[in-house]
Amino acid sequence: MNFYAIRAIYVFEMSRTWRTLMESIASPILTTSLYFIVFGAAIGSRMGDIDGIPYAAFIIPGLLMLSLLGESISNASFGIYFPKFSGTIYEVLSAPVSTLEIVIGYVGAAVTKSMIIAVLILITAYFFVDYEVLHPFWMFGFLLLTTITFSMFGFIIGLWADDFQKLQIIPMMVITPLTFLGGAFYSINMLPPFWQKVTLFNPVVYLISGLRWSFYGVSDVAVGLSMVMILVFMLICLLLIGWIFKTGYRLKD
Amino acid sequence: MLLKIVNMKVWVSYTLSSLRQTYEEVRVVPIISIRNLSKTYASGFHALKNINLDIRQGEIFALLGPNGAGKTTLISIICGLVTPGEGQVLIDGEDNSSNFRATRSLIGLVPQELAIATFESVLATMNFSRGLFGKAPDSIHIEKVLRDLSLWDKRHERIVNLSGGMKRRVLIAKALAHEPKILFLDEPTAGIDVEQRHSMWGMVRRLRENGVTIILTTHYIDEAEEMADRIGVISEGEISVVEEKTVLMNKLGKKQLTLTLQAPLSSIPDELSTFSLELTDQGNVLVYTFDTQKENTGISDLLRQLDKLGIDFKDLHSSQSSLEEIFVSLVRDKGASLKP
Ligand SMILES: Nc1ncnc2c1ncn2[C@@H]1O[C@H](COP(=O)(O)OP(=O)(O)OP(=O)(O)O)[C@@H](O)[C@H]1O
Ligand SMILES: [Mg+2]
Repeated sequence: MNFYAIRAIYVFEMSRTWRTLMESIASPILTTSLYFIVFGAAIGSRMGDIDGIPYAAFIIPGLLMLSLLGESISNASFGIYFPKFSGTIYEVLSAPVSTLEIVIGYVGAAVTKSMIIAVLILITAYFFVDYEVLHPFWMFGFLLLTTITFSMFGFIIGLWADDFQKLQIIPMMVITPLTFLGGAFYSINMLPPFWQKVTLFNPVVYLISGLRWSFYGVSDVAVGLSMVMILVFMLICLLLIGWIFKTGYRLKD
Repeated sequence: MLLKIVNMKVWVSYTLSSLRQTYEEVRVVPIISIRNLSKTYASGFHALKNINLDIRQGEIFALLGPNGAGKTTLISIICGLVTPGEGQVLIDGEDNSSNFRATRSLIGLVPQELAIATFESVLATMNFSRGLFGKAPDSIHIEKVLRDLSLWDKRHERIVNLSGGMKRRVLIAKALAHEPKILFLDEPTAGIDVEQRHSMWGMVRRLRENGVTIILTTHYIDEAEEMADRIGVISEGEISVVEEKTVLMNKLGKKQLTLTLQAPLSSIPDELSTFSLELTDQGNVLVYTFDTQKENTGISDLLRQLDKLGIDFKDLHSSQSSLEEIFVSLVRDKGASLKP
């Protein structure tokens, strides 16, 4: 293992985070606050409890996911896209580093940043709602696995994208809709039976359900299934990245 | 008895030194060996055609060729930036793709394009480069490199605030951050002022003295003439010539003898038709071109003939064609003149 290389990439990426501290950290907090004000305080007060949980508290896991998926993808995709775009990637490609080390460096930094944001959102939420986390260890585990997986997914998007538009399109056109439809703001039990079945093809359902279980002990699908789905998705991302570096797709030609 | 021991000692030290000699001979194995390398880009463009080339340890090798000849492509394949087509690249005897960790640690690359993360400080980017190549931090080495490239005063400056020439020097410094044994310089002096260019040449020579092998491309032929031990010429993806610089210049360099006449001639007299002469400057100057390879340059014959004809001259001097002229003629007829 080339640990110095992993550290070099990680430090470089984190210094980018500190440099753009305001954009990278303030905006997700602001967005989440807005959601709490609108859905939690204004609309939520007119809503009944879901699965015995007050609505404002019910949406916390979903809001966390909404931010984290977007943040993980955009941090990691930009992190690798920009060197590719500016040409500085030559140095990484010419260095004695393996694909795994490159991924650990870039994805590790994106995960760190996402986890910082997760903590800040949890703190922000505390100002709006009283909530307790039933299984803090599992909550941390779900958050970590999700950010790792989606940072890897973002990394793939960054490798694949050959212009700025493509960088935006997947988070906007795929992830945000899937999150909204994945039970961020409602329990999928509230849907008509047919749509409940359809929803099960949405991978985000498993993420939100698992995270909500770690908060309140209630879930739409079995927790074990949530865990398996995350791990499967993670494996797919790893294989894809491995393939990209092996063939040099969009990197070396 | 004592004599025997002394003899023994002599024998041992003799054997050791001959062993060392054998070892040194083994080291003549090229540091880079390129075998039957071809590259076709995804666009279908055939950029390299069956390249075979050996780079010797410790030499300065200049790769010359017109725009689009394939210089950067070749370097990129050696360094792992571009996937090769067919063929093989061995670095210090190791395959550069199956054993990339060993081979890439040996190499430093200064790319042609000014690609550099602009928001970092010079020092931060140096530490990044060193770390990337798996070396423990070493502030003394970094300081030495930065001083060598007159960048030490700028070490805390963000790269975006540096001039173009300084940025290129930062790229060179980055390539040296991990103490490579092989250094690729892809047009290192493009956009660099005269003084810095000379100091860079000095630095390259010092690197060579420390055993670093250097491969450079340049469009300034005088730079290759000044620096290189050997020269390779590539055009349209093919290497046409690889030769020691001095040999190349002797082989292809034409010498000229220029005679300034006392009185102008209207034409070259028939008696001199066997010499390759040219009359210029309204008949005032006679230029004789001869081949340095030939045993008999014909100068004394020519002077004797001139004396016989009563043609007087007030001045004469000889000159040799520069590498630039040689290069231009080489590219023009694609090395045809070198083939036997
Ligand atoms: N990524 C690419 N895709 C397709 N063709 C390419 C690519 N990169 C380079 N080429 C082509 O390959 C040929 C060789 O390019 P290369 O950059 O190796 O030339 P060069 O000798 O370095 O030229 P220069 O002196 O201008 O730097 C050119 O015709 C170029 O158009
Ligand atoms: Mg080039």
